[in-house]
Amino acid sequence: MNLSTQTKALALLLSVGLFAGCSTTGETMDEGGAGTGSDVSAIDQEGGSTVYGGGDEGGVSSSGLTDEEKQAAEEQAKQAALREITTFYFDFDTSEIKPEAREVLVAHAKYLASHPQQDVRLEGHADERGTKEYNLALGERRANAVKRFLIVNGASRGQIETVSYGEEKPAVMGSNESAWAQNRRVELVFK
Amino acid sequence: MTQRTRTLSRHVFLAVVIAMTALVNSAHAELLIRITEGADSAIPIAVVPFSESGTMPAGDKVSRIVQDDLTMSGEFRPLPPEKMLSLPSRREDVYFRDWRMLGQRYVLVGELKRSADRVSARYELFDVNRQERILGETASASVNSLRTLGHHISDKVYEAITGVKGAFSTRLAYITRDTFKGKPRYRLQVSDVDGKRARIRLESQEPILSPAWSPDGKKLAYVSFETGKPVIFVHELATGKRTKVADFPGLNSAPAWSDDGRSLLMTLSKDGNAEIYRMDLASGKLTKLTDHWAIDTEAVYDHTGQGIFFTSDRSGGPQIYHMDSLDAEPRRITFGSRYNARPRPDNEGRFVYYVHQRNSAFHIARTNLKTGEETILTRTSSDESPSISPNGRMLIYATKQGDNSVLTVISADGGAAYSLPASEGDVREPAWGPIVN
Repeated sequence: MNLSTQTKALALLLSVGLFAGCSTTGETMDEGGAGTGSDVSAIDQEGGSTVYGGGDEGGVSSSGLTDEEKQAAEEQAKQAALREITTFYFDFDTSEIKPEAREVLVAHAKYLASHPQQDVRLEGHADERGTKEYNLALGERRANAVKRFLIVNGASRGQIETVSYGEEKPAVMGSNESAWAQNRRVELVFK
Repeated sequence: MTQRTRTLSRHVFLAVVIAMTALVNSAHAELLIRITEGADSAIPIAVVPFSESGTMPAGDKVSRIVQDDLTMSGEFRPLPPEKMLSLPSRREDVYFRDWRMLGQRYVLVGELKRSADRVSARYELFDVNRQERILGETASASVNSLRTLGHHISDKVYEAITGVKGAFSTRLAYITRDTFKGKPRYRLQVSDVDGKRARIRLESQEPILSPAWSPDGKKLAYVSFETGKPVIFVHELATGKRTKVADFPGLNSAPAWSDDGRSLLMTLSKDGNAEIYRMDLASGKLTKLTDHWAIDTEAVYDHTGQGIFFTSDRSGGPQIYHMDSLDAEPRRITFGSRYNARPRPDNEGRFVYYVHQRNSAFHIARTNLKTGEETILTRTSSDESPSISPNGRMLIYATKQGDNSVLTVISADGGAAYSLPASEGDVREPAWGPIVN
């Protein structure tokens, strides 16, 4: 079984997009010598915790885990996968958190709640349209919206710092709808 | 002239575009002025090349500087010297009939004399139709400051003809952004108003924003991200001394000076939301001027020095508001579209200029404060940062050209724009300095 097939199978099994984590996973499997397949570990990049996924068709690994443990592990893996997403996008001149961002932000909030030593900086940005000073305030309002959401969902105020860069640090250069959409954002930076 | 220009305004003059040249390794990257649109109603004037005695330094001739200044104003159309029939430098050599034949309304003549390290100019301005001298003066400057001398003469000529003070001796502050060794490089620069004699005052890898001139032209307030967040500094130009004046949690931004130079308006969000404050600079004491859940920012004093204009999105999107005094109820000024921001009033209380969104484009517009009538002044579509010349006659703003930001100057009552060669890096956030005597 080649690497990409294994990766696909793994992704299917976990039924969540564990992709950033998978690059680590893939290497581990490769080094471990394919053949039987073995336990895979996805190292959570932020927290450094280790998460175990279920085994593949070879079915060797999960024998030691109860169903409940498996479920918990899968939930943990899913949470970690969600937390791979650290950039959240906004519509023009708004600071409303989009529905699709909520589940991810809840995952971040839970993680912060369970890791009180972990701090995060929320960096608010705007696209280049409109005035620089208003955009500075808009970037801050976006960061504050995310901050409030994280606090409501369990993070504590002291863990969160906000800064606005307004339109000064675009993620993507260019003056078109696609660039603007990618630049209207809040980035979570874990320290 | 294009048809559009004729229909836009009787007073459309020209646009002067200032593009930053890419002078690699040069500490003195200068702005290039490109005149992109001529003028129909501009006043014809002959600026005769000044006669010279003694050695003059290399570089632009004084009369050439005057000619360029007057052209840049959009209100004059100087006669190219090669079309002149004679090159007089004194009254007795001026043949009014010749100049009338050439369609000129005014003639400026003069002579330059060098003695030691100074150059003196004796110059005279004539009204061709009345065959009268309307200005005669002697002025001098150090041999290294011939541009200062040229701008001074431009100011005098401009005032003698229009009755309005010239603004050619004023300065411009602006921010440039380029990439150096793979990192962004922001520079706060100050130049003559024609883009010449640029000097870098601050360089940073982090953004610099919102330069604002003190009323005496000696200091700039601005926002710098050099510490990782927006902080307001006041910078003394002569000494380079910088003072951190506002470094509260959250935003410290949009500084604007009071007429007496003793306090700054600013936007702070230390209490959680962007509000406008006034800070007394000597004591650091803050007075909160707005208190609203909306964004309130971009405050600036009106022409009385008592009231303020500012941007607020309390009605849903950003709009311009005015308060007659610092504790008055805000009154909304703009209604023409969903997005109007960054007000800049003139000195007479007639107009307020601002960034205006129409359809998907951002233009500079102005509203007549008596009638409420709104006029869009620019044709370009990503316009920002309007700044009015201190005599109220010209407007400079930043716009996009390709992926770069460039500065454009138009006449304040209507304007055309642009089209210039690509430049490397951005030049943005122009702030037109005061007239300093």
